[in-house]
Amino acid sequence: MEVIIIPFIACLCVAILGKRTNTWLSALFSSLPLFFVYQYFEHLDSSGRWIALFDHAWISDNIRFTLAFDGLTGLMLILTNILVPIIVLAGIRNDENQCKLTALTLFMQAALNGVFMAQDGLMFYIFWELALIPIYFITLTMSGKFAFKITLRFFLYTFVGSLAMLASLIYLFLHTADYSFDFESLRAVELNPTQSIGVGAGILLAFLVKIPILPFHSWQADTYTEAPASGSMLLGGIMLKMGLYGILRWYFPLAPESIAFFQPWMIGLSVAGVLYGAIIALRQKDMKRLVAFSSLSHVALIAAGLFTLSAEGIEGGLLQMFVHGVNIIGLFLVIEIIEKSTGTRVLGELGGLAKNNRIFMVFFMLVALGTIAVPFTNGFPGEFLLLKSLYGYNPNLALLAGLTIIFSAVYILRMVQFSMFGEGKKAISPLSWNEILAFAILAFGIVGIGFMPQIIIDMVHKSVLIIATWISEANGILT
Amino acid sequence: MSSLSIFNQLEISHYIYLSTVLFCIGLFGVLFRRNAIIILMCIELMLNAVNLLFVAFSSYMGDADGQIFVFFIMVVAAAEAAVGLAILVLVYRNTRKTDVSFLDNLKG
Amino acid sequence: MLEWIIVLPLLGFLINGVFGSIIPKPIAGWLGTAFVFGSFVVTCFLFSDLLSALPAKGAVYLKVFTFLNVGNFHVDIAFQFDRLSAIMALIITGIGTLIHAYSISYMSDDDSLYKFFSFLNLFIFSMLVLVLGSNFVMMFFGWEGVGLCSYLLIGFWFKNVSFGKAARKAFVMNRIGDLGLLMGLFLIYQNFGSFEYTEVFAKFGRLEVGTGICTAIALLLFIGAMGKSAQIPLYTWLPDAMAGPTPVSALIHAATMVTAGIYLVVRCEAIYALAPFAREVILWIGLATSLMAALIGLKQNDIKKVLAYSTVSQLGFMFIALGCGAYTAALFHVITHAFFKALLFLGAGSVIHGMHHEQDIRQMGGLRKKMPITYATFLIGTLAITGFPMLSGFFSKDEIFTAILAQNTGVFVLGLLSASITVFYTFRMFFVTFHGNYRNQHHSYEKIAESPLLMTLPLLILAVLSLIGGAVNFPNYMGEGISKGLYHLLSFDGGGSFSPILILPEQSFEISHVKEWILFALTPLFLFIFLVARKKYVVKAAVPEADADQVGFGKTLANKFYVDEAYNRSFVEPIELVSDTLTEYVDEKAFKSSFDGIGRINQYVASLLSRFQNGNIEYYLVYMVIGLCLLLAFNLF
Repeated sequence: MEVIIIPFIACLCVAILGKRTNTWLSALFSSLPLFFVYQYFEHLDSSGRWIALFDHAWISDNIRFTLAFDGLTGLMLILTNILVPIIVLAGIRNDENQCKLTALTLFMQAALNGVFMAQDGLMFYIFWELALIPIYFITLTMSGKFAFKITLRFFLYTFVGSLAMLASLIYLFLHTADYSFDFESLRAVELNPTQSIGVGAGILLAFLVKIPILPFHSWQADTYTEAPASGSMLLGGIMLKMGLYGILRWYFPLAPESIAFFQPWMIGLSVAGVLYGAIIALRQKDMKRLVAFSSLSHVALIAAGLFTLSAEGIEGGLLQMFVHGVNIIGLFLVIEIIEKSTGTRVLGELGGLAKNNRIFMVFFMLVALGTIAVPFTNGFPGEFLLLKSLYGYNPNLALLAGLTIIFSAVYILRMVQFSMFGEGKKAISPLSWNEILAFAILAFGIVGIGFMPQIIIDMVHKSVLIIATWISEANGILT
Repeated sequence: MSSLSIFNQLEISHYIYLSTVLFCIGLFGVLFRRNAIIILMCIELMLNAVNLLFVAFSSYMGDADGQIFVFFIMVVAAAEAAVGLAILVLVYRNTRKTDVSFLDNLKG
Repeated sequence: MLEWIIVLPLLGFLINGVFGSIIPKPIAGWLGTAFVFGSFVVTCFLFSDLLSALPAKGAVYLKVFTFLNVGNFHVDIAFQFDRLSAIMALIITGIGTLIHAYSISYMSDDDSLYKFFSFLNLFIFSMLVLVLGSNFVMMFFGWEGVGLCSYLLIGFWFKNVSFGKAARKAFVMNRIGDLGLLMGLFLIYQNFGSFEYTEVFAKFGRLEVGTGICTAIALLLFIGAMGKSAQIPLYTWLPDAMAGPTPVSALIHAATMVTAGIYLVVRCEAIYALAPFAREVILWIGLATSLMAALIGLKQNDIKKVLAYSTVSQLGFMFIALGCGAYTAALFHVITHAFFKALLFLGAGSVIHGMHHEQDIRQMGGLRKKMPITYATFLIGTLAITGFPMLSGFFSKDEIFTAILAQNTGVFVLGLLSASITVFYTFRMFFVTFHGNYRNQHHSYEKIAESPLLMTLPLLILAVLSLIGGAVNFPNYMGEGISKGLYHLLSFDGGGSFSPILILPEQSFEISHVKEWILFALTPLFLFIFLVARKKYVVKAAVPEADADQVGFGKTLANKFYVDEAYNRSFVEPIELVSDTLTEYVDEKAFKSSFDGIGRINQYVASLLSRFQNGNIEYYLVYMVIGLCLLLAFNLF
């Protein structure tokens, strides 16, 4: 409960106090939930169940306000509550909209924490939509004449997906024995294969749009590119993890009978997305657009891993979710600083930025290396596990998806080269302390996870095991 | 009671026919006339057709409820006429017309 | 103790990387050198331990921590110190120390010296992880790590755009190989359920020769080796990699990193022993690479490019040996090649340093009088690489030729051709650089001076090693009297006192007397070629023609068979075209438009429906009446 209330109060404070708020203080407040997340971990028992920490009757006795916690939720909460303070810190160069963006980001944090903790289907849906409100207004503050159109497209896309999920949830609700939205009740509903595919399709659609997976991605590039930095960071760093988390937490357990039907499609689309995003990223000139497509590619690999239903795929996917959050926020932060210093983020107009700012250079290099998954940076273990799981599913698909390790090297190093190397007149303005702090946290994440990925695997292992058991029970297959 | 005898001789069906005819005249008037005043009058006609039916059934059933309803309807009709005519006057002042086909500001 | 080999260079990297900017320049350099030297000393201790241990000590293991443990998938950060990794580690740290020391002087003008040394130390660290890792994933760590360091160091002078391009090319080409290696790793895991060398190779022992799975694994691993060791078709990055500072070329692109592919094959000898087809492929690719690179080397005029192609060519030789199953010979050549190629590169660096960063040999000439030490050491290196009798290269090449001759005479002839060309172009480079007249108009001859002691000392040490390096594996016919301790230091001696390098006993290459005579005849042949080269470039003092004057086959050679252009046409440009098409048509038009189209359909339907809302009350009333009628009708029926 605290992790939702604190950011919400902080949001109200910032909204009321306006320009008088201090970024450092906001960041401090937004990192407070981390302390409570740490406490939540003490509630975990050895079974790895999803334990309700807060439970109160809400709409009726059966539609309850239930917040639950396990390793999986814990990982997502850590991700959210580490990254949001960084996003708040990074926003300082965004002069006129600063406090507005900060308030919305904090609101977002509350909603995201709710999404990851909600154990009641209806509550999950409400938090899911609640998260859409701040991001809508954040993206709407973008500049450019297409602002409204791009935001509208983004909104409609995700909203249609969410409605499909709501329909599926209501369908399940109507079939529960006790008319309840509780996770366990929804899960207990026995569906025949046809029903299961229908319900599964609805739930899946919401997640696929949010991730996004190949045919549902056309909102992504524009939104990432045009949104203010904090919007891009929230979208790429945390929001798309809602989709992946949703697949694991809600889709797999609620419609396990349909997995066998969707699995080949999902893996096929994901692998296509991996290549599609990577190939398009090869030639992008706008750095943010490049990162958007690289993210499309990287995230598709995670989705493919989840759908292999193997321990390596799911746990590697979770690891990579965390890692991708760290890396993409790092990349957007770097691009934001470049844009604010030089006034452009188009590759052809940049160059030689490595000259005068060593810390910036080192950090950029580190993030780039993490993104292209060099060993001993955070990108490697996850990508290794994901490709391995895919190899177990189908070696040819693994080879195709594996091409991403070549392509990612090409486009990321191209970005580094054209912005940092060579001769150029432009320069990075001196970094502020909050940017250096953000860099330090992210750099620690990149190197730390690179060496010790097992920490994250251990965190989620038991929860994944439970979900895997459910899947195999429903399908009669061993994973 | 003799003065009412002629009414007693009439079947209930006659009342129904008459009020149906009156209602239809009113309805078609509302639908196809363009003059707002006539439309208002036709609405009155439809309301009164209903009133007639209420009264007839009230007498037929020996129940006073129908007649009570008639009073309600007459009140509503009076209010409606007052408001409607007031609107009409304003419309006329603004447009110098009472033709409703020109009033299409609500066009979608 | 094993951990210190790894940790010391890492410490050097961290100290120079973090505090480098506040450490005075020479100290940063000496610090970096000291850490590598420390690592070398530890390696020596451990190696002598390994040799003196009786009875035979297989290997020293060290498990640091569990890296990943997912389901039944398990990877440890663990190290294994056996004879093979020990020999590689000795080369890496030993030659690494010399090159570090050399760099202190060579790079002394550079502002970010600390950066250079921290990268170099990181490279040593990665390379040690590669050779000391006890499982395939550790090797892959090192494998990618050295690729990264190579990228960082090739692009060290980042202001130059073409250097950056070369660095990227190296990284990407390596990544192509890495993908093959990665797939090979997955295949290994899928079939053997482990990444640990000992477990995997133990399970391989039970397979039949020529099993499909062995061939597939062997070929996939070889793709990785192609990338790292610059074999056809992935060799084009190595010549471009010469953009990096010369010590980098010496360390990474000659002595150590590029031999990782050979290490991989030798390490996986148990796999390759079961995959004759894969060995055949290796043999022919090695041969083709060796010949092609030697031919291109004939027409190169950049001193470092000549050496780069000669490296590619020599790597080809090593793969020929591997293809023949002569793992020891290949490893032997790795060692001697590390000595003389590092020597040649450092010598070239000394020349470049003396010539103020002039690299074109046509702009040099007559340097022997000005740079006597460089000249003498370079001569030793040249003689060693060309296989002059009793120098290190002679013995290793001889072993390779023996192995080839025992198997395939056709390959022998082609290999001989390649070796002969090597003699010619190496001496061509040597003569044009050091003999003849000075030809540079920009720098006066008088200003050229011998490099400082810090640079010449490593040259001298390497020259000594190039002279006597063959001693590590004297051939049989030298008799046992020379040195019992060194004899067969590398070779498998079944049941002997040393732990074996190879798991399976290596086949011995017995050749007939006639063939032995043929081998003896090689020396006069090479001598003859040497005389031809001398006649052309010393007696007649010919200077290689300008680029514009190239004609015919020479022009093709000077342009490196147009391979880069062909790759551009066939891979880079199509992919860029696909990328543009996807961006412009598929993403923008197909996807975005089709989804926007749903919106547009809605808008169109709305515009149709809105015609009913014409604002006219009469129509509304009609709709109402129709609606009422419909409702009534529904109620009635």
